[in-house]
Amino acid sequence: MVENRPFLNFLTHLVLIVGVALVVFPVYLAFIASTRGPSDFLTGVVPLTPGNEFWANYNYLLGSGESTAGAPPFLLMLANSLAMAFMISIGKIAISIVSAFAIVYFRFPFRVLAFWVIFMTLMLPVEVRILPTYKVVADLGMLNSYPGLVIPVIASATATFLFRQFFLTVPEEMMEAARVDGAGPLKFFRDILLPLSSTNIAALFIIMFIYGWNQYLWPMLITTEPHYYTVVMGIKRLASVLDGDTQWNLVMAGVILAGLPPVLVIIFMQRLFVKGLVETEK
Amino acid sequence: MQTKRTVFHSRVLPYFLLAPQLAVTLVFFLWPAAQAIWQSFLRQDPFGLRNTFVWFQNYTRLFNDPDYLNSLGVTFVFSVGVTVLSMSLSLLFAVCVSRVLRSARFYTTLLVWPYAVAPAASGLLWWFMFNPSVGIIPYLLTFLGYTWNHRLHPNDAMVLIIIAAAWKQISYNFLFFVAGLQSVPQSLTEAAAIDGAGPVKRFWTVIFPLLSPTTFFLVVINITYAMFDTFPIVDATTSGGPSQSTNILVYKVYADGFIGLNLGPSAAQSVILMLIVVLLTIVQFRWIERKVQY
Repeated sequence: MVENRPFLNFLTHLVLIVGVALVVFPVYLAFIASTRGPSDFLTGVVPLTPGNEFWANYNYLLGSGESTAGAPPFLLMLANSLAMAFMISIGKIAISIVSAFAIVYFRFPFRVLAFWVIFMTLMLPVEVRILPTYKVVADLGMLNSYPGLVIPVIASATATFLFRQFFLTVPEEMMEAARVDGAGPLKFFRDILLPLSSTNIAALFIIMFIYGWNQYLWPMLITTEPHYYTVVMGIKRLASVLDGDTQWNLVMAGVILAGLPPVLVIIFMQRLFVKGLVETEK
Repeated sequence: MQTKRTVFHSRVLPYFLLAPQLAVTLVFFLWPAAQAIWQSFLRQDPFGLRNTFVWFQNYTRLFNDPDYLNSLGVTFVFSVGVTVLSMSLSLLFAVCVSRVLRSARFYTTLLVWPYAVAPAASGLLWWFMFNPSVGIIPYLLTFLGYTWNHRLHPNDAMVLIIIAAAWKQISYNFLFFVAGLQSVPQSLTEAAAIDGAGPVKRFWTVIFPLLSPTTFFLVVINITYAMFDTFPIVDATTSGGPSQSTNILVYKVYADGFIGLNLGPSAAQSVILMLIVVLLTIVQFRWIERKVQY
């Protein structure tokens, strides 16, 4: 700080407190709604203090779900989301780190071409080519399956870039020393490169986990059996089927359940998250 | 392209290592993209039995279609709205956080978590806040004499999705602005202070111009976000309505292709979107090259 201005300090804190309030308020309200009974919304405006239906609402959603609305128990959907997010993030990291290794540590024909082919995936988000991609997956018989949820979104240009940039900063001497000691490429990769990349892997894992957890359009299209529903698409289903006389307490409890896991990940691993975010976008 | 000074020698291994990534890319990215391009030149007869090659007819029809032109306009308003709203708020918060020293970490934690909330969930949160019958904001607006109803009023619906999309993006912009502000040299601000510039003047004449690379980068990222990642927000709240007033391009591709099953026109829309992404990516990478030179 350049100079001390008490009024400006006061203003700064005021702005931040208002800002935090703005950011937090929708979630606070959702939480309040999720602790209320269905009749509390008939008066016309949302209550601002918690009710005492917390356990009833959450128990109901987690255990039995809203089967009339075609929404399976949330425990199942949460498990599906967790499985999908883990498979997507681990898969993305695994296939990207080996391709970055090939691109940086080998010289072979079509190397630049391979790099550009991977780069293209960055330019083609699922939303843009949704119909033909759906057709490919349907033709391969991967609708309503975990591979169908995971494999089509598993290629990652960003992760490949990140690992490539990182490998380029690893000192040449590491590899030369390893070769003098008689290590082959795979041994070098496993014993030296992987341990060196651990922070990058962890940071990337957080970003990819959130990406995987928040997948929406893709799971919505390729899963028609409730058994494979994920939680993010589940809450939408809950909200739209119940529209008309929406059961706000249940919908908002669903939103809280769907949002909590990734938010907790960010709050508890903030430093790694910031590192991952800032570095993947470079 | 860069490699190591010395490399491993193997004829097969590198291909083997690249195989999984390339296979996924070819099967699920390039092949569908190529099909979309091919499809966009075809017209299917009403029974879906025959395809005729119609050159650019799908495209010309698209640009004569009032719905599509409307969608372009809607997307423009939406992207600009989201970008301006979320970037100005995040810049304000970032400047404030960089002024407070002791509690910076505390405020940061409270401001970054919306990044993790799924866009669909963010849509539902604001849908609840703005709900005409139980929402708190329409309730407060009645005191100002305004009857909010995003199911009937196009402008209300647009405001709703802009706020829902911007809310989620604040944390992202905030983190990049904080990083940008940290790289502004302290000595410049001090020099300006000695020359008698107050905090506001210092910000606009010294700090803000030095932030311009970050700002430019974020503008590109935010437009990309608003155009392509906000599908769930629209789907969970307005579904493109009322009367197409929130039918952004990505939503329209989905609605026309999956619900309307108009393969040719939908494919043509996909191709146009791909061109936009390519353009945005190129702009983004040009920026990175420039930054590296500094």
